[in-house]
Amino acid sequence: MRHGKYPFIAGFLAAPLALYVIFLISPYAQTVMNSFTNWGGFSNQAEYVGTENYARLLKDELFHAALWHNVFFLVALPLVTVTLALFFAFLLNVGGRGGRAGVRGVFGSGLYKVVFFFPQVLSVAIIVILWDALYRTDGQGLLNWLLIKIGLLDPLHPLQFTNNPTPFLGVPQVLWWLLIIVVWANVGFYLVLFSAAMQSIPKDIYEAAMLDGATRVHTFFRVTLPLLRDSVSVAWVYLGFLALDMFVWVFALTPQQGGPNHASEVFATVLFREAFTRGQFGYACAMGVAMAVFALLLGAVQLTATRRERIEF
Amino acid sequence: MSASPDTPSDLSRRALLGRAAAAGLLATPAAGLLGACATSGSDDKKDDTQAKTNENPLGVVKDSPVEVVVFNGGFGEEYPKFDKQLVEQRHGLKVDLKFTQKIKTELQPRFSATPPDLINNAGADQMGNDVLANQNALVDLTPLLDAASWDDPNVKVKDTLAPGTIESGTLNGKPYALNYVYGVFGIWYDAALFEKNSWTPPKTFDEFFTLADKIKAAGIAPWVHAGKYPYYMGWPIMDWIHKLGGETQAKAIDNLEDGAWKTDVVKTVVTRVQEMVTKGYVLPGSEGLSHLQSQQSFLDGKAAFIPVGTWFESEMSSPSDPKDEREPAGGRKIPPTVKMTMLPVWDMTTSDKMPYGAARTYAAESWLVPAKAKNPNAGMEFLRAMLSKQGASKFSELTKAPTVVKGGADGVTGSTALTSINNVVKNVGSNTMIWRINDWYGDFFTGHQGPIGELMAGRSNPTKFMDEMQKLADKIKKDPNVKKQSR
Repeated sequence: MRHGKYPFIAGFLAAPLALYVIFLISPYAQTVMNSFTNWGGFSNQAEYVGTENYARLLKDELFHAALWHNVFFLVALPLVTVTLALFFAFLLNVGGRGGRAGVRGVFGSGLYKVVFFFPQVLSVAIIVILWDALYRTDGQGLLNWLLIKIGLLDPLHPLQFTNNPTPFLGVPQVLWWLLIIVVWANVGFYLVLFSAAMQSIPKDIYEAAMLDGATRVHTFFRVTLPLLRDSVSVAWVYLGFLALDMFVWVFALTPQQGGPNHASEVFATVLFREAFTRGQFGYACAMGVAMAVFALLLGAVQLTATRRERIEF
Repeated sequence: MSASPDTPSDLSRRALLGRAAAAGLLATPAAGLLGACATSGSDDKKDDTQAKTNENPLGVVKDSPVEVVVFNGGFGEEYPKFDKQLVEQRHGLKVDLKFTQKIKTELQPRFSATPPDLINNAGADQMGNDVLANQNALVDLTPLLDAASWDDPNVKVKDTLAPGTIESGTLNGKPYALNYVYGVFGIWYDAALFEKNSWTPPKTFDEFFTLADKIKAAGIAPWVHAGKYPYYMGWPIMDWIHKLGGETQAKAIDNLEDGAWKTDVVKTVVTRVQEMVTKGYVLPGSEGLSHLQSQQSFLDGKAAFIPVGTWFESEMSSPSDPKDEREPAGGRKIPPTVKMTMLPVWDMTTSDKMPYGAARTYAAESWLVPAKAKNPNAGMEFLRAMLSKQGASKFSELTKAPTVVKGGADGVTGSTALTSINNVVKNVGSNTMIWRINDWYGDFFTGHQGPIGELMAGRSNPTKFMDEMQKLADKIKKDPNVKKQSR
């Protein structure tokens, strides 16, 4: 039966492979090909324009601004989310005072886990509605109302949240307010991920550390973090891709879908506008290709940089 | 099924499917890609028209199929069904009527090969008419406009339309779009609130400022606007510019003339508008409100004036969409005590080029016939039925909105809002203000919102505003990818 092996395997693979080629590879290929044309999206006429679209990318100020906003999220989002998730996961799993029961989390950690994970079960649409009510810019906004009520805020100057482009630490405020939402929405998931990873670390390692007189801070940096390297690295890549996207948040929560006055544009909102509002599909495809290359490079660098020997336990 | 005599044998059917799939695989990436090869075979439009008669001036083929896609937003699904009956009765057309809110999402992919015969391009997910016109994706509607009207063979369709209608759908010098709904922009106040406080609605900016202090003293913000969508505030600002500077100024801006935004007219208007902000006459936080939130704030008595168009009342009496983050927290509600009343924009100075009462009327809700439609004449015929007396009055009866058919607004009464709109329209007379720049250039519509938003948020000033707007206009003027229009 050896001679029939390859046709046999191919028979099984043909259908999924065909689906993969039709729905994944071919759109990618089309995008790359379109990026060299001036296709407008509403006709089947397109001229080959060479690398003109890519040359345009290099001169597009809006695209550059959007790129820097993505870079901001690329740095800030994984950093804040992973740090918070690790901190909470540590407290929930091994942060409690080790008594006779050995290593355990802080009091009520089961409840906290549910609370932190909660945003993850909400759909993005609901999160957007929720935060829009919180961030409403007049006295009827939940946060503004609260701050005005307790006298922290002048009712004539309510906070402007995602409507404020003035820079804070050199970055438009609107991006910081968005960052808060995205971190809030994601920290629960990574908390659970890190929790699971922490629980697979044998308790005797912690107990040994405790016997040697290690504090909680020592335990975290000398034991937990090194053993979580794989999980953290994966989280970093995932969050990096999230930071390269950001489309929904910017589109739904900022004025002028990337404003005010383009202060919160990201890759995806600029691309969307070029393609679907301005009918510049060729140029938008070039943006898409640039973005894909960037994302692939990022992933490669990230995974190579964090590759280490694995500890078996 | 398998017993049917004309079912092909299993083998040949499989071969057929296989070949079709292979063809699809090859065709999909090719479509829209290699322009030179892709055009073949797509322009073999059959010229199947019938003799043109008074009854049938467009030469529609009897009993032919026609596909019509309608945006089902605030105007509902009833009126196209009525027009469908009209064309079915007269020509036996087989109308395939479809409704969607996702016009662009569903139709953009179909445009290069199999678009419907008539599209109501409206709503939040609409295609840019300028984009479509620039890609030659639309049919010139001149045959429809020159055809005899539905009701009277001696009157042409174009002569039944309100002034400005055809121009509002003209792009690259051709009438590519027909706008169906007629309306007017203005400033709204609550007549009941004003009576109670014995306030008189202002006719000049000075009167507004005097009144604004009284309104503010009563604990109400004089002005609120949809800051999240700054083009709402763009309406009164542009109208004040038009009113003060007259047609010359408006044309200069529409035609992207050098320095059109750096005139004294613009400066005067923007300075006064900025005054509204700096003097604290605008509801704090307006700059981040959605249209619905700002409109609800007005209805809740938190603000005295708001710039909105004709549709204000019908929009706020429509049911809320709980999944929409732009909804006001407590849903939409018009309190029974409120008497919504529309005013024309008040005078900027004592020497405005246009008198008090001038207002911007508009024709909106565009209808398009795609260039690649299979039955374009039937698409136009459907439009001709919509523009009949019956079709238009049915629309107004069902939707409480006037159409572009002359006299189409007459039958629309029933509330203070509608009465006041009719008054504003009547008083406009020949002082209609016209702006085209937002329809002509999607880039302008997107771009002008930044400077307006910044101005209304108190982060800008007249000089900065004028610089930014001029820069935007110059950028569009220099952009080789944008086709230029002029009037």
